Amino acid sequence: MTSDFHPQTAKRSWGRVVEAHHDVARPGSPEAAAALLPVLQDRGETGLPIGLGRSYGDSNLNPDGALIETARLDHYIEFDPDAGVLRAEAGVSLDDILRLIVPRGWFLPTTPGTRYVTLGGAIANDVHGKNHHLAGSFGCHLRRFTLARSDRGVLDIRPDSEPDLFAATIGGLGLTGLILDVELQLVPIRSACIDQHVEPLRNVDAFFDIAEARATDYEHTVAWIDCTARGDRLGQGVFSSGNWAASGGLEPHAAKAGPALPVDAPGFALNPLTLRAFNMVYRRVQLLKPQNSRVHYAGFFHPLDSIRDWNRLYGARGFYQYQSVIPFDTAREATREMLDRIARSGQGSFLAVLKTLGDRPSPGLMSFPMPGVTLALDFANAGTKTLQLMAELDALVKSSGGRLYPAKDGRISADMFQQGYPEWERVETLRDPALSSAFWRRVTS
Amino acid sequence: MTETRSPRKVLILGALSAMAAATARRLAAQGAEFVLTGRKADALEREANDLKARGAGSVSIQVIDLLETSRCDAVMDLAVEAMGGLDTVLVFYGILGDQAQAETDPQEAERIIAVNYSSAVHWVMAAARALEAHAGSSGVLLTASSVAGDRGRRSNFVYGSAKAGLSVLMQGLAHKWAAQDNAPRAVNLKLGFVDTPMTDGIEKGGPLWAKPDDIAAIAERALVKGGPNVYAPWFWRFIMLAIRVTPFFVFNKVNL
Repeated sequence: MTSDFHPQTAKRSWGRVVEAHHDVARPGSPEAAAALLPVLQDRGETGLPIGLGRSYGDSNLNPDGALIETARLDHYIEFDPDAGVLRAEAGVSLDDILRLIVPRGWFLPTTPGTRYVTLGGAIANDVHGKNHHLAGSFGCHLRRFTLARSDRGVLDIRPDSEPDLFAATIGGLGLTGLILDVELQLVPIRSACIDQHVEPLRNVDAFFDIAEARATDYEHTVAWIDCTARGDRLGQGVFSSGNWAASGGLEPHAAKAGPALPVDAPGFALNPLTLRAFNMVYRRVQLLKPQNSRVHYAGFFHPLDSIRDWNRLYGARGFYQYQSVIPFDTAREATREMLDRIARSGQGSFLAVLKTLGDRPSPGLMSFPMPGVTLALDFANAGTKTLQLMAELDALVKSSGGRLYPAKDGRISADMFQQGYPEWERVETLRDPALSSAFWRRVTS
Repeated sequence: MTETRSPRKVLILGALSAMAAATARRLAAQGAEFVLTGRKADALEREANDLKARGAGSVSIQVIDLLETSRCDAVMDLAVEAMGGLDTVLVFYGILGDQAQAETDPQEAERIIAVNYSSAVHWVMAAARALEAHAGSSGVLLTASSVAGDRGRRSNFVYGSAKAGLSVLMQGLAHKWAAQDNAPRAVNLKLGFVDTPMTDGIEKGGPLWAKPDDIAAIAERALVKGGPNVYAPWFWRFIMLAIRVTPFFVFNKVNL
């Protein structure tokens, strides 16, 4: 490799299951970043852009190939605090952006459950948040972006000027080129606080009724599910909804994250007993809170960001995250069936999340969200039995017309992926020949 | 940290250094004004736009090779004019150089000394005069030196000797100012391992490696109080103390 790339032996994704050798470059400017693509092309190697590495499985890894880290593409280009238009380089994190824009009365059009993702990563995975039922996904709010390709150089990508690359890059897993900078329309807020409403969920049927009712009155909705509960308590949990508060100040979240998990938790820390205890306590604590309260956006949108390196909670073997979406007409049955399998397996996780996704279409060809119900949860990596359980869930998702979220995945079959994302072949045609990933090689083989 | 003073008027020598940029970002959020210097116009423009978006009061750029020491006073005057004053000068430029090459190629040794020390003498003196004239006791001159200057080691002693010179220069300036009324402050950061493009060829990782923003936080604090020597991060004070007191017959056996 040229001196731009440095070998790194044990690069892991957020789930920490896969560990592989990569040659890693950290270009210091957009120009230097763009210049790396022809270098890869000449060498007949592939690279993959990577932001903060929060994807869980193998969609952000390119074993024995190269990674282009966007950490140093962290400059703002222009911020218009009157119009709420932000232009920034692709490596700027949502964490950084919120600290800049919140004091000036603006917020991101939507935010995923962590602030520690870059703009590039937010586009490549077309992330969504608690307001999906109204706002759609991140890609719905892009005005334009700049894309570097090995074959065509640096391109200005707009919905009207380069419609194909615009659509293929949103949710395109970083494969259609290296995103250099992004222009985003922000949304106005009157305070940094959310008026939160919390209510108990008796079971999975109650989720469907409450979610439908709350979606009309609340901009943000999500449910936490106790995935150890069974029988008529199957899917019991807590439903939380929120709207931006009219007052409460414009203080952004604290610059420093909270304490880090210093070591890997031992393997025995997670077992059916501790899981059940955690879920029971968590539910009680949530329901002890006042039904209506005013909370800061950081606690509401990004609860896990207050613990750095929380992924070490699952021990040295790492964990899988499973996130599916199932269309509304089959969602009730399928969700009940999935939760039942998970509860019976005793493998569930600390936090399972259920949320309804809305019908605002994303411009992206391989965007994950679709109208329906999404379920997300972690499984500690217990080897074969974990893979077995996820394979059973796959079959349910597939037969219900659903699909899985590539950002969370490190194992699904090509067949499963291709059925969920029929437009994948168009993305493959538009892929930059110098870019690839472990995920992409698996699901297109 | 919020200061109760009016926003700073900052001249940065070597504004393209990762640590300078990180420090500038923190000051920009407080509304500081800037004059950025460096050799690459495009890259300075990029920093300037970033600082403006982050809240900087004004940002102008001066494209200059800092080895051109004949321009020191002119650059100070330009900065004073651009910002309507000057109260903070940050000296962040420097190179690591190649120790092995410096041992056989006098030009490489000369380059390391010229960038890290002899040119810095000119800039520090010019900045000291400008701060005395325009800022008085509200002025701060901050330099980025290195723990490599605390004891000569076989892996980087040419670089280390230049940084030792810079540290002593700043120590002396601080001593001079301490005896004067209404004098600016001199602060010298002694940096340990920092994860910047300058150190990209070195295997990184472990608790000793700091991020540019960690250093920026220390610099931001050092602009307000402390000094004249500030180890960054703090633990290097004790590491270097141990290294300095190690007797020669032991030290000579250690490959550092």
